[in-house]
Amino acid sequence: MQELLQTYHLNENNFNWDKNWFIQAWRIMNTIRVFEEKSIQIYKKGLMGGSLHSSIGQEAVAAGVCMNLKKDDYISITYRGRGQALAKGADPFQLFSEILGKKTGYCKGKGGPMHITSQELGILVANGIVGAGIPIAVGAGLSIKTLKKNQVSVAFFGDGATNQGAFHEALNLAAIYKLPVVFVCENNLYSEMTPIKNAVLNEHLAERGLAYRIPSIIVNGNDVRAVYEVAKQAVERARSGEGPTFIEAKTYRLLGHMIGDAETYRTKEEVEEWRQKEPIRYFRDVCLKQNVLNEKELDEIQQQVIQEIDIAYERAMKSEEPEMEEIFNDVY
Amino acid sequence: MMSTNRIISYAQAINEALKEEMALDDRVILLGEDIGSYGGVFKVTKGLFDEFGKERVIDTPISETGFIGAGVGAAMTGLKPVIEIMWIDFSLVAMDQIINQAAKMAYMSGGQTSVPMVIRTQGGGGRGNGAQHSQSLETLFAHIPGLKVVAPSTPYDAKGLLKSSIREGSPVIFIEHKMLYSQKGEVPEEEYTIPLGKADIKRSGKDVTIVTLSRMVQFSLEAAKELEKEGIDAEVIDLRTLVPLDIETVKESVKKTNRVVVVHEATRSYGWGAEIAARIQEEAFDDLDAPVQRVGAEDVPVPYNLNLEKEMLPQTKDIIQGVKKSLYLQMETV
Repeated sequence: MQELLQTYHLNENNFNWDKNWFIQAWRIMNTIRVFEEKSIQIYKKGLMGGSLHSSIGQEAVAAGVCMNLKKDDYISITYRGRGQALAKGADPFQLFSEILGKKTGYCKGKGGPMHITSQELGILVANGIVGAGIPIAVGAGLSIKTLKKNQVSVAFFGDGATNQGAFHEALNLAAIYKLPVVFVCENNLYSEMTPIKNAVLNEHLAERGLAYRIPSIIVNGNDVRAVYEVAKQAVERARSGEGPTFIEAKTYRLLGHMIGDAETYRTKEEVEEWRQKEPIRYFRDVCLKQNVLNEKELDEIQQQVIQEIDIAYERAMKSEEPEMEEIFNDVY
Repeated sequence: MMSTNRIISYAQAINEALKEEMALDDRVILLGEDIGSYGGVFKVTKGLFDEFGKERVIDTPISETGFIGAGVGAAMTGLKPVIEIMWIDFSLVAMDQIINQAAKMAYMSGGQTSVPMVIRTQGGGGRGNGAQHSQSLETLFAHIPGLKVVAPSTPYDAKGLLKSSIREGSPVIFIEHKMLYSQKGEVPEEEYTIPLGKADIKRSGKDVTIVTLSRMVQFSLEAAKELEKEGIDAEVIDLRTLVPLDIETVKESVKKTNRVVVVHEATRSYGWGAEIAARIQEEAFDDLDAPVQRVGAEDVPVPYNLNLEKEMLPQTKDIIQGVKKSLYLQMETV
């Protein structure tokens, strides 16, 4: 039974050092980072409603998993999910538009930052209820199996979700029906404002996958290469009808639960320590050390991304508000 | 008008609707507890497992949040799940998936997502099942934009409404009544459907309008028969669906009778009877000759003891009393 629970260690000798792959990973992670930073500016300017939950520091999980997915594969994400949406191919313009409540947004401005959905990109739903998207992803897995499709359904969620009943029920269903689902737990160490170690006695949340006899694997969530390799195996297992996999990606939320969080539950030293290991800095060092991409190449891509995000933002700002009639559309 | 003398039960009628829709559309699947080879605790899915197999008639663990949530996800991605919740009381453990998820997917996504899913369940009292297995909870669901709510009273209606519900393309809460499963009625052999949002006048009358649904339709028809002996001619409107609500048929009737009694098995306070009364006074005040009366269960949990249960739930005599009050024929005695 214990062999169902493993910790993944990247073997640098076996890794495929394909330059294009590195460019792609670098580009996706930077797109997420720059998009999130711009979103925080928007929030601080008071241009958007509600709350904003940043995923800065967790970009490697979104990128590493989604680089294994095809356009018609499904993902179920959360209120912290713009990063995963971008990694799945979402258009920053439509995302900014949605955050700003514009009619050009993915949900015509009616969903907002917490509920990004794209039928076209297989983004099933972003949930504002912790853990609630996990059974929905399992349901997509049921469709894939019943309709004999070659797709995969991925449920992204945080450490906090593993204390929800919906999580446990969903894992059990996926296990007994052997569904093509990949459960990706981004363990960023905090369930909103509560350290996860105060909320569960298991050291590794992957043990909870094992509890349902789902192959479960622990991975460094700040190393996009490791996440990619682990997700690759999980996606292949799902596609070949071998059932679900549980991935616990250990990472760190560099900012608060939401913008404006006083963060009284952790020290500045702890945050600083993780900042040294954050995925973009880490990946840059790998690229340079291994001579895959040089400073100039890395900086050029970063500059391109910044420009693209700026253009998307400007366009979104100029977009129109939805018509009042929209209130009554799409109810049923 | 279809001609038939075929008599089948309410449970059989529902079974036929499922069977026909499954035969018609491969995307229709069933999910629920003990619905497979066991055929469901009320035998509504009897025979379907043998006919359609375990891929389409799926037994689930006791895990309502899990399998309603899976139903939502499946509905969003190409299937048309019909989920059986064994007792309506059990839907309460899965309210997040019903109210926050199923009901809001279309809206939150700006119309990209649809959830063509039916939750079939059964409610109501009358057989001593106690407080956690006897509730009438239709109002909870009717209060949530994004859900449609159906509660049929006859085998004919049950079949036609379930077929429409499966084709509706949005989440439908389909509430059967445990005391009606063995009730029999005419159901034609030929294919038919009944649209949601169309009330049915189960008895025409000119003196008073009784607005009701589900098992209370039967009780109201019995009350009307009694009242007839006293020269009171009651009209009985079976709403059949709470959402969409066919208030027009009610208003038309009020124009004729000028008096209304709303009858539901759910507890009286904050029940849907209050909504009907409010709509009538807002939209047909000038047609009223008396205040709208409400007949509902007492505002207590359903007691186990059969005598107490019967006293707590609305009975024919309570409906008769409600009608007489609306006609100023009898002062309240309690």
